Amino acid sequence: MRLEPIANPGLGRRLGFPAAALVVTVVIASLLAAIAGADPLLTLGLVLKGAAGSKFALLETLNRATPLIFTGLAIAVAFRAKLWNIGAEAQLYAGAIVTVVLGTSVLSGMGAAALPIVGLGAMVAGAVVLLGPVVLKTRFGVDEVVTTLLFNFIMLLLVSYLLEGPMKDPMGMGWPKSAPLDRALRLPRIAEGLRLHWGFGVALIAAGLVWFVQARTTLGYEMRAVGLNPQAARFAGIPVNGVLVKTALLSGGLAALAGFSEVAGLKGHLSQDLSPGFGYTGIIVAMLALLHPLGVVVTAIFVAGIFVGADSMSRAAGVPTYIADMMLATGLLLMVLAIGLTKFRVVRG
Amino acid sequence: MLFDILLTASFWAAAVRIASPLIFATMGELICERAGVLNLGIEGIMVIGAFSGWMAVYLGMGLWGGVAVAMLAGMLFGLLHAMLTVPFGLSQHVVGLGVTLLATSTSYFVYRLILPEVTSPPKITPFQPLEIPYLVDIPLVGPALFAQTALTYAAFAVVVITAVTLYRTPLGLAIRAAGENPGAVAAQGLSVTGLRMGAVIVGSGLMAVGGAFLTLSAFSSFFFEMVNGRGWICIALVVFGAWRPGKALLGALLFAGFDALQIRLQQTPVGQVVPYQMFLMAPYILSILALILMSRRAQVPAALMQPFNKGER
Repeated sequence: MRLEPIANPGLGRRLGFPAAALVVTVVIASLLAAIAGADPLLTLGLVLKGAAGSKFALLETLNRATPLIFTGLAIAVAFRAKLWNIGAEAQLYAGAIVTVVLGTSVLSGMGAAALPIVGLGAMVAGAVVLLGPVVLKTRFGVDEVVTTLLFNFIMLLLVSYLLEGPMKDPMGMGWPKSAPLDRALRLPRIAEGLRLHWGFGVALIAAGLVWFVQARTTLGYEMRAVGLNPQAARFAGIPVNGVLVKTALLSGGLAALAGFSEVAGLKGHLSQDLSPGFGYTGIIVAMLALLHPLGVVVTAIFVAGIFVGADSMSRAAGVPTYIADMMLATGLLLMVLAIGLTKFRVVRG
Repeated sequence: MLFDILLTASFWAAAVRIASPLIFATMGELICERAGVLNLGIEGIMVIGAFSGWMAVYLGMGLWGGVAVAMLAGMLFGLLHAMLTVPFGLSQHVVGLGVTLLATSTSYFVYRLILPEVTSPPKITPFQPLEIPYLVDIPLVGPALFAQTALTYAAFAVVVITAVTLYRTPLGLAIRAAGENPGAVAAQGLSVTGLRMGAVIVGSGLMAVGGAFLTLSAFSSFFFEMVNGRGWICIALVVFGAWRPGKALLGALLFAGFDALQIRLQQTPVGQVVPYQMFLMAPYILSILALILMSRRAQVPAALMQPFNKGER
């Protein structure tokens, strides 16, 4: 068995395989539900209902999608340049830490006008966190996959230290959480009475901006060139290391916005469970979107819907909520396979 | 203070114990990478090994039966990784992370299926230390090396077997060549696909046994997040060991030594001043430092992460 590249895959091929991947994923998820002793169709219905069955459910899904759009964008930007940023979790927490530090001290009296500064500060923090592994890659050739992964663990321990030490809320009744953000520094709701904060709006704007940078600017072109073939890019006069550093700054900054929006928009304070793995789930979001920034918005809402829906289904039908993670991991692998199959044909011999 | 710790036998015994799961998994990853495949599924495969081995024993199998179940589960996920990355040549990064997510969530899902209501996981009777007569009486070295559980002895045996296979057999030569110059392997009439898939499957089996060490020998039950980045550390250890079994073993022991040291330092006056999180960070920081240190000297397998397609020239 070997693979033969297809020069110009037709539309049927390009849409057929990803669609088949989605169908197979749903079939596998149904089988899992059946294994857990539940009626597959009923389970699927409960997931859908929990994700989008009511206004409340839908808003909950959009709220959950917000950080995923940010981390998904962060990873899409990085992966496009073949920069393997697996550390969005660390960058998210860096953004959250800076948001709380700025929002409870120097900027706390300035009111809503300080919000952009806080956001920018968070972005800088996230960018710096990713800059470390990227400089290690460009200077010493250290693989960034392992270093960004290890940074996630270091950052979580740092957060744990900060929450038990210098950043501990004195009024927190002993819980390891930070002092709350100033009321004026909370992201407002998009509409009165809607439980959806402006973090979602910022995420949509960010997706548009990233699309613009990738599709319409020289930097976007250079990022794609570096991702496709670094040797050729270097030969064409593109400063590969410089492009990687710029990509890292953008990617780290985007991931940090997830932390900013979760703290300023949703929780109001920093705690150790701020992110249930948004940084890792962002990888699934980005891959399912085929690394397209506007696609990330769609897949983030889809993935968030599966998590929110699975949570409520789990309570009702008794199927463990980890079915959502299994379904997404299966979906990711099948989608990668589907994309591979659009470009290659399997030939015997 | 430091000397007091270094002169206790319990410190050295702990270092060897902490190293054992890392040794299994590092050898597994090393075999994969020597054949040319980066296996980022390692973290999840260790989780499924820890879970399935423990669950098998909890459901009534013997301890060695548990090890076998873990190994089979690991090989199954290794087969998945190998299918996607070798014949299909898909991104080893993305597939590896996908396998990690799938293996981890599968473990948690099945755990909750079998034990829906428990808050603290049930315990099993783990492997007991096996003292080797006479040798155990050697001061320091004896208790450290010769009063461990059977799985620890097996870990050292795996290093020897890996090294001998890789460097002293035709099969090992073929595996290493598949990672250096797959074209030459194919020209010899050997199947690069077969060699690489075999290496990934066997390597994944070893990773899972490393995970099973945690539940069957180190602790006696399964917790979520118990693997806690050990898989990623093993990938760093492979680089640190310059893709050589002996050096990787040394790296794992050194690393485990530091880990055992930081645990003990927490109980000293230093631990009163420095927050415990800083001690827990040390292993991860150490791994990054090791990567930087070795990055310039390391002999990376030339065809690592490069898919091989017989038809292409």
